[in-house]
Amino acid sequence: MITLSHFIVLGAVLFCIAVAGLFINRKNVIVLLMAIELMLLAVNMNFVAFSRFHGDVAGQVFVFFILTVAAAESAIGLAILVLLFRNRSTVNVAEIDSMKG
Amino acid sequence: MIDTNLFQLICFYGFAAVTVAAALAVITLKNSVHAVLSLVLTFFSTACIWLLAEAEFLAIALIVVYVGAVMVLFLFVVMMLDIKQEHVREGFIRYLPVGIVVALVMLAEMLALIGVRAMHGQVMGANPAAAAGMSNTAWLGQALYTQYLLPFEIAALILTVGVVVAVALTLRHRGDKRHESASEQVRVQARDRIRVVKMAPSRPDEPTASQEPRQ
Repeated sequence: MITLSHFIVLGAVLFCIAVAGLFINRKNVIVLLMAIELMLLAVNMNFVAFSRFHGDVAGQVFVFFILTVAAAESAIGLAILVLLFRNRSTVNVAEIDSMKG
Repeated sequence: MIDTNLFQLICFYGFAAVTVAAALAVITLKNSVHAVLSLVLTFFSTACIWLLAEAEFLAIALIVVYVGAVMVLFLFVVMMLDIKQEHVREGFIRYLPVGIVVALVMLAEMLALIGVRAMHGQVMGANPAAAAGMSNTAWLGQALYTQYLLPFEIAALILTVGVVVAVALTLRHRGDKRHESASEQVRVQARDRIRVVKMAPSRPDEPTASQEPRQ
């Protein structure tokens, strides 16, 4: 029998993998963006599980909005990344440390 | 004959194992293209888990919207950027222990804080959508178009802004390239192109008078 804790533990594990990914990938912005996608996925997993187990539609509606905002966020993030790579020709986070107007 | 509940549990563990393995591959693989493909696998197996939770619409939306659009965008960008692979992994070993420690401590704290043991008693009850006498999509849509109509419209606005921003950021005007301006072409009028000049009629000079002395 699947219980609520199965989903919650899976969400927590996914979130922690994403946090570890943020720590160990200091050189590649693309992987950082992917780790953020993983975090959003973990949060969505919790929402879906609570919505199903408590019988409330609001959780699934919220997942819908999170998917929308995450799609817009990754589109803009990738656009910024393309712009950054065009100007600096690197995706290394350590080298992207100065701002100029 | 296998029990339905047991079968669900086996399916859950299978999909969860694939999800976690693919997520680990996302953050550890050397090649960015492989990492994006692992992320696609993560999303697919997560969609399968959502199907087990009977959130069918969101599972399909995750595959269609996320795998079909966002991940393809990621793949495009990763393949378009010419990233040197050997420099990407510098510092990987140095930060690996920190990452593992932070992740494990965080996981332990989260599991202790949210009280997983208390939730273990909650088994999956009847499907709320089926209890209301409709499918999951109808259940979700009915809430979305009545109670959450304004947030829905705002979400559409956010997507529009996202498209405009993405185009505006990456659009580049190159100085060395000549291109036509459609608005100027449409706005052009006859008097911009042709000028009618009024001048008095004149006759060319006599050719014999000017040319003969030179020769």
